[in-house]
Amino acid sequence: MARHYNGSVTDVAVQGRLKKFLREKEELDDKIKKLTIEMEEQQSPEYDPVVERIKNGFIHFKINKFDKYPELYEQLAQNQHPKFLVFACSDSRVCPSHVLNFQPGDAFMVRNIANMVPSFNQLKHSGSGAAIEYAVSVLGVKNILVIGHSRCGGIERLMTHPEDKTPPFDFIDEWLKIGLPAKAKILAQGDVHENKYEACAREAVNLSLVNVQTYPYVQKAIAENKLALRGGYYDFVNGSFELWDLKTCISPPIII
Amino acid sequence: MAIISPVSVSLDPQHFRTSVTTNIDLRRISLKPPTIFGSKLESREIEQTHSRLSSFNSSACLTMKASREPPGLTQELNNKPEGLADTENECDLFKNLKHRFLSFKKHKYMENLEQYQKLAKAQAPKFMVIACADSRVCPSAILGFQPGEAFTVRNVANLVPPFESGPSETNAALEFAVNSLEVENILVIGHSCCGGIRALMSMEEEGDSSSFIRNWVVVGKNARLSTKSVASNLSFDQQCRHCEKESVNHSLLNLLSYPWIEEKVRKGVLCIHGGYYDFVDCTFEKWTLDYKESNLKEESVEFSVKDQLFWC
Repeated sequence: MARHYNGSVTDVAVQGRLKKFLREKEELDDKIKKLTIEMEEQQSPEYDPVVERIKNGFIHFKINKFDKYPELYEQLAQNQHPKFLVFACSDSRVCPSHVLNFQPGDAFMVRNIANMVPSFNQLKHSGSGAAIEYAVSVLGVKNILVIGHSRCGGIERLMTHPEDKTPPFDFIDEWLKIGLPAKAKILAQGDVHENKYEACAREAVNLSLVNVQTYPYVQKAIAENKLALRGGYYDFVNGSFELWDLKTCISPPIII
Repeated sequence: MAIISPVSVSLDPQHFRTSVTTNIDLRRISLKPPTIFGSKLESREIEQTHSRLSSFNSSACLTMKASREPPGLTQELNNKPEGLADTENECDLFKNLKHRFLSFKKHKYMENLEQYQKLAKAQAPKFMVIACADSRVCPSAILGFQPGEAFTVRNVANLVPPFESGPSETNAALEFAVNSLEVENILVIGHSCCGGIRALMSMEEEGDSSSFIRNWVVVGKNARLSTKSVASNLSFDQQCRHCEKESVNHSLLNLLSYPWIEEKVRKGVLCIHGGYYDFVDCTFEKWTLDYKESNLKEESVEFSVKDQLFWC
């Protein structure tokens, strides 16, 4: 029968092609195996604990945060609208992302020695100025938070130098001069402070909050009630955190 | 000016066990060879890794379930992490921060009290990290640096000014990290969609010199020049992306302009690395400056990189 005859020819043809495909697939599989072995045999970089540390950190972030909250991260990829501008110390122990659990998108964060904010000066400290300008004028943050901390090496240096007669650093001492008014205030208060360094660390936060108000865009935002200033102090010796406000008040006039 | 007296929030912690052991068998990490324009690529070791993350860090309890949380703490709702975006009220904002600190204290500080007490005496970080102030790129978040691991500087566009530019915030921190703390690695991390780099690339030649942003990002002008010279045919967005990476390389070069850094790199006790975090695709590239193979004395400086890695 014609149909049957055609059917068996088709069958044979199909079988033939199938065999050909299977053979080709086997050859490809072999090739893939060979390539894989070659690549594995290629001299792989020596185990470097530094690299492993960073890599594991990134992978952990990717799996537990980025991949878990795609909507959030897609939105963040488009733009950022942080509510905070944070000044924190560069000290490895005080990252606000740990201490205050700031998530990506929460805080525009500047970290420098002794978390200081220099007063407005167009001739220097453009790094700090740029961060404040960007955060307040461009991003429109609603809060500035300056966080000091215990056992700050920068504050200690501020309090002890140059009286301790150690040789000056190239750059650190120049930067720390910003904190001199805080040092002067603490020294003037004499023995009222049990620990002068910790008192100076808190006073330096207040000084920074005063300094930040010398920036015109900060003044404008405060006047328009769009910006709040707060100070913080993280004490990692006792495991505590202090938070305070800075408010300007004008007392009623005395009529003379 | 009235300064209201501080509110202290240290409370006796409840002992609360939420450490989660994560045993994740990772798929092979595929690598695409990264391209960094303008620098001579030394070795392209392609790394195939099959990593096992087991109890990554018992203090990084990132998979807390709502039922395990003590009452009063903000809980993970609707597939969103505890972000500040939803809190409009200022009062709520700071209540939120208080809860976060208490959560940190209970789940990290008290859980690792011995370690924190040791850190309270002194820090000995192996890394110095220079990253952008951008709210999306905190190195502690994306690379998992724990307390004590990384001395961190964050500024606009993660720039490192050269030695000749005189004292600044960034080089004061460099001096402390390299000479006092004696870190072994410096890592400069750039990132995608950087506003600072965008400002650098859009800068007019004769612009408003009263702008701090302009006065700061001009530190990266060499990166802008080299980008314009090789990538001017690309779109502005692509040029910005190129410049983001190029400025990391220029920052690495600027690091070497500091004599005490150059000396340590030459002796092999300090390594300097570049990194690039792309938060659109969630990828991370890392490369190390190959000091020996670099030619830094000639007029047209060429530097080599090695140990390039790409994680995605």
